[in-house]
Amino acid sequence: MQAASPLLAVALTVVFGSILFAARGFDPLHANYVYFIGPLTTLWSVEELIVKATPLVLIGAGLAICFRADLWNIGAEGQLIAGALAGASIPILAPQWDSALAIPAMLVLGMLGGMAWAAAPALLRNRFGANEILTSLMLVYVAQYLLDWLVRGPWRDPQGFNFPKSISFNDWHLLATFGDGRVHLGAVFAVVVVLVLAVFMSRTLMGFEIRVRGEAPRAGGFGGFSQKGTTWLCFGISGALAGLAGICEVAGPVGQLQPTISPGYGFTAIIVAFLGRLNPLGALLGGLVLAICYLGGEAAQVELSISEKTAQVFQGMLLFFILTCDTLIRCRVRLERTTRSPAHARASRGIGDAASGAAGVRGAVP
Amino acid sequence: MSALEAVLLTIITASTPLLLAAVGELVTERSGVLNLGVEGMMIMGAVTGFAAAYTTGSAAVGVAAAVGAGIAMALLFAFLTQTLAANQMATGLALTLFGIGLSGLTGQPFTGLPGVKLGAIHVPGLSGLPLAGPVLFSQDVLVYASVAITVAVAWMFARTRIGLVIRAVGSNHHSAHALGYNVAAVRYGCIAFGGACAGLAGAYLSLAYTPQWIENMTAGRGWIALALVVFATWTPGRVAAGAYLFGAVWIMGLYAQGIGVNIPPQFLAALPYLVTIAALLAISGNRILTKVNTPACIGQTFVPDR
Repeated sequence: MQAASPLLAVALTVVFGSILFAARGFDPLHANYVYFIGPLTTLWSVEELIVKATPLVLIGAGLAICFRADLWNIGAEGQLIAGALAGASIPILAPQWDSALAIPAMLVLGMLGGMAWAAAPALLRNRFGANEILTSLMLVYVAQYLLDWLVRGPWRDPQGFNFPKSISFNDWHLLATFGDGRVHLGAVFAVVVVLVLAVFMSRTLMGFEIRVRGEAPRAGGFGGFSQKGTTWLCFGISGALAGLAGICEVAGPVGQLQPTISPGYGFTAIIVAFLGRLNPLGALLGGLVLAICYLGGEAAQVELSISEKTAQVFQGMLLFFILTCDTLIRCRVRLERTTRSPAHARASRGIGDAASGAAGVRGAVP
Repeated sequence: MSALEAVLLTIITASTPLLLAAVGELVTERSGVLNLGVEGMMIMGAVTGFAAAYTTGSAAVGVAAAVGAGIAMALLFAFLTQTLAANQMATGLALTLFGIGLSGLTGQPFTGLPGVKLGAIHVPGLSGLPLAGPVLFSQDVLVYASVAITVAVAWMFARTRIGLVIRAVGSNHHSAHALGYNVAAVRYGCIAFGGACAGLAGAYLSLAYTPQWIENMTAGRGWIALALVVFATWTPGRVAAGAYLFGAVWIMGLYAQGIGVNIPPQFLAALPYLVTIAALLAISGNRILTKVNTPACIGQTFVPDR
């Protein structure tokens, strides 16, 4: 039954989306076809789907682990940017370094960059007890300004006609691609990461520690599990994966640094994690669904000329529906009066006591 | 206008939306609910306020519409977290993501249009004073409202029965329930109040701060307001002090740029966010200060057992 919740949520989003389309004067069937089915009908768009799903799955799987441990890393967007910056330092500062080691070095630097950006909220929480939600989010803005400064200042392409862009990466600094040349190595990483994390969470002691920390932190304490250690671990993993997603984006589809390198993948990945029931394997499916949402938004913009913001509204709705369906599936909802005025409550309690008292007496007599 | 007047005026302008949103969230959190959707409610307030004011030509209608939008968003959150007992963190995040998306969608036709600006209210007799006159007594209605709301909230928590009930519900919802208080109803009210305040903060941005609609114009102010509540250790007076401090930091960056300080503008723009982190550290390190007023039940779901 638990698996039904995301399906129900997607269905409800489509229903409400139809209402939204109808309200804007579109034929809901046609609009839904353009939005949700269209992206799956051509090879080109399926490849595009994989490209879009790659960062979502990478980040979503990491966030799923964090959220499982009741740690709220919502700054993945910043960690993505930090990873992209760290990894891009090689193609920008050493553009001529053509070696088989270049790509692995970029990927490692990217992961370290994301990890470093995520380590800040973990450190601040462990050392000072500062709320990780707020610190990780604030660092998103800091990362965005850092990227903006770099591409307009020190890392701007000198031959770039003053556009705020870095040099385009050389071929040997771009990830290997498949098919038409858009699906890149990152997609393989995403699948591997998901499988590894699924085993890690379900089959290892560390994975168990993470789950216990979220579900019964006191029990974890009695078991000798270190809360601080888990915090480091979860932020480290999710930061590294967000950083990996970042470097895969700039060394893949983007191919250079520019003021915007992600259409909010770090935030959308929060929905991916929840849609995947905070399970790494689920994040794989969740990432594909949210990627359809992005692509459908673009298709709807072209074919129906409605704002690409529709995608964001759908994403928000989807998360609302997941949370709602979780309750409706876990609990049986009963409508009953719970509010009573104190006087009324006292009176009815009195009657109840009297009645039970009477019953007791009657029971005792024979 | 002297330079000092100009600086003080801009600081008040930058602080008011923070103060409005933070004091609303303060009431919500005191009732034991953590609403991470402040940013979403604020931006919906901004876009609705702008749209209503632009269509009707009346800033007052804009403000009313913004409050309505804030409350509507808040009630959505309240329904999910109180009636359906959904996770508050996740629901708050959803509210923010949804609000940012929906505001972009509804605001698209209004981008770049000239807005309606809230008029200043000159307090008779006092607005003529040197320095204090223009700075304190010639502001628009929302600036006065922000101060009035803060004072009212402080008084409510310190002196009234309803303030005590809200604090009781936030400190121990099981006891409050056992005493016969309707925990969900109190929280619905507090969440709605937080939404109304966030809506006002949004209206201030799109009707007074920069009277136009710009996508993502809240720029994380909702999140800074959330941080302010922690920084203020859940007390209205410190929320006000914190809001003006943050406003000053925000403005300092702009002025430093103006007088040609040789720092990249991006660093100055990132300053408020870094200062927020620093402020959180300063306060979180102090166990006594944080423990005294932290609502004990914050973020916990309450399902009454019968």
